[in-house]
Amino acid sequence: MEPFTTLNSHLVSIPTENIDTDQIIPARFLKTISKKGLGQNLFSDWRYNEDGSDNPNFILNAPESQGAKILIAGDNFGCGSSREHAPWALMDWGVQAVISTSFADIFRNNSLKNGLLPVIVDEDTHKQIQSLVEEDPTTKITVDLASQTVQLPDGRSVSFPIDGFSKTCMLEGIDQLGYLLKQEEKMLAYEAAHPARVNTLGE
Amino acid sequence: MSNQPRTTFDKIWDSHVVVEEPGSPTVLYIDLHLIHEVTSPQAFTGLREKGLRVKRPSQTVATMDHSIPTTPLHIPISDAIAAKQIATLEENCREFGIPLHGMDSPNRGIVHVIGPELGITQPGMTIVCGDSHTSTHGAFGALAFGIGTSEVEHVLATQTLLQSKPKTYAVNVNGRLSPNVAAKDIILALLARIGIGGGTGHVFEYRGEAIRALSMEERMTVCNMSIEGGARAGLVAPDDTTINYIAGRQLAPQGAAWDKAVAYWRTLASDEGATFDKEITLDASTLTPMITYGTNPGMGMGIADIIPDPMSIGDVSERNTLIKALNYMDLQPGRQLLGQPLDVVFIGSCTNSRISDLREAAALMRGRKVSENVRVMVVPGSQDVKKQAEAEGLDQIFKEAGADWREAGCSMCIAMNGDQLQPGQYAISTSNRNFEGRQGKGGRTFLASPLTAAASAVTGVVTDVRSFQ
Repeated sequence: MEPFTTLNSHLVSIPTENIDTDQIIPARFLKTISKKGLGQNLFSDWRYNEDGSDNPNFILNAPESQGAKILIAGDNFGCGSSREHAPWALMDWGVQAVISTSFADIFRNNSLKNGLLPVIVDEDTHKQIQSLVEEDPTTKITVDLASQTVQLPDGRSVSFPIDGFSKTCMLEGIDQLGYLLKQEEKMLAYEAAHPARVNTLGE
Repeated sequence: MSNQPRTTFDKIWDSHVVVEEPGSPTVLYIDLHLIHEVTSPQAFTGLREKGLRVKRPSQTVATMDHSIPTTPLHIPISDAIAAKQIATLEENCREFGIPLHGMDSPNRGIVHVIGPELGITQPGMTIVCGDSHTSTHGAFGALAFGIGTSEVEHVLATQTLLQSKPKTYAVNVNGRLSPNVAAKDIILALLARIGIGGGTGHVFEYRGEAIRALSMEERMTVCNMSIEGGARAGLVAPDDTTINYIAGRQLAPQGAAWDKAVAYWRTLASDEGATFDKEITLDASTLTPMITYGTNPGMGMGIADIIPDPMSIGDVSERNTLIKALNYMDLQPGRQLLGQPLDVVFIGSCTNSRISDLREAAALMRGRKVSENVRVMVVPGSQDVKKQAEAEGLDQIFKEAGADWREAGCSMCIAMNGDQLQPGQYAISTSNRNFEGRQGKGGRTFLASPLTAAASAVTGVVTDVRSFQ
């Protein structure tokens, strides 16, 4: 995973609430055995017409959206399934941070493990950023992880929450698995004190 | 800690803490890891890249359910990409020594159906799977939740998971259900009350007289859709119903181990005086059959109610969400859904594909024909359910009624395997999600119980099972 420090970018705005993972990437694209190349399926059912051509009314196809690294979306983003293909698809398209007023738990966990930053802001800030983008789609904002702030063009700085552990992992680009592997002794001690509750091999 | 009254969730959590360090999430021990073909391949690739092995194959079990066809088993899988994914799971299980219930296994089925069937889903356990409906296993008084593929890799490699402790949420369901009102209606009613984000960050504990009166299969239906309320998990404290269900199953504890396990399970109920971070109470006796009208499972109503009017909603975002949903569904506010013509009826999924679901549907279809306007698919949750249904003659009832009797799998719930709606079609479905395109691009889903689905299959329109004779 790449370290995440500071991001300065224009945004794509999809103000819809409760955007579920079936919209982010429909299930028919989950038959892959790779993490790569899923960006082309991002928001597929909203993005493409029946004949496979681009839907010109969908914001991701607008010229001003190209190259955006920040997505701002409505409340409860990423609800639904546990598919990590959702953050993989967002990142493969180029998104590195998603701003919303709340995120579904599994999506947030999955994102943090891939270096995609979920940024939770209050409703007023959310509205303000959205109207900035509506007025001028080239508006750039800065997301700074070290200071946990979103910096708006008017100089206002808004902080966002993230747990310290995930923050360190993201800042340094560390895979969380490394931490777990280091706990092996304690895991073995736990097992010694709690014999296995199940044996799927039936032995 | 030991003197404080604790909830079932607290007890399970506390007994699985491996490491708790300031500034880090808890390292939680995982008792059982269920895997399937869709969310595991990239995790195994990760293990290989890092030179890691599967830590505890004997606490891991695999099956294939999402992308497999539900056509007769002798027909080869025609979708080359799906076939590759299935072959990859077979290879991974072989290489890492994981027991697999593959295409030829009599125990294959939807992962959340076979865990309980095999007797490996047990009270007091932590259970994870790369699938959000893992919450199903909470019906046994287990802490069971869905994880992403990175976390699948973590559990494969270490049998542990980093987790921050969720909050607790008591869902009290008092009173008794009326006839023809099902477990599915309890959970749809809860979701209509709290919305699909209402449980975010929490673990539901379903309590009260109505929950105690449910069978294990009905409890699984309720817990299954906990994630639809945004909850991390949902559970029911174990009782005699739970213990009787597990007794004698293939991989359940036997002999002295059984007695010891049961004694432990009996300690897991929430203590008198235990407090929850949030609480809600429903009265089961006032519930009616439920149906969804929109594009998320929280957009549900009593079957005879009228579709809400977006203009009556003050909050702009909420209003726009409902407008968008009704546009997609092509439905008018202020009207009932009763009488709405249907194209497809789907009876199946990890929510409602167990033997009791099929018995209920068959009882309504017995001696009747399904409407010639609808395609009716009945997909058992596992090969074991299928075998039992056939032994009871349920398959004959479905076939004689004109329904399609299939092999086990997730099928049209997730529409990965070719079982799907066509654009614009309306389906009544016993599954768990009515998101846009969930059952096929452009398809429109009404979620309901197997009883409501079966009655509607016969009439070809959305039907109130209470007035169906």
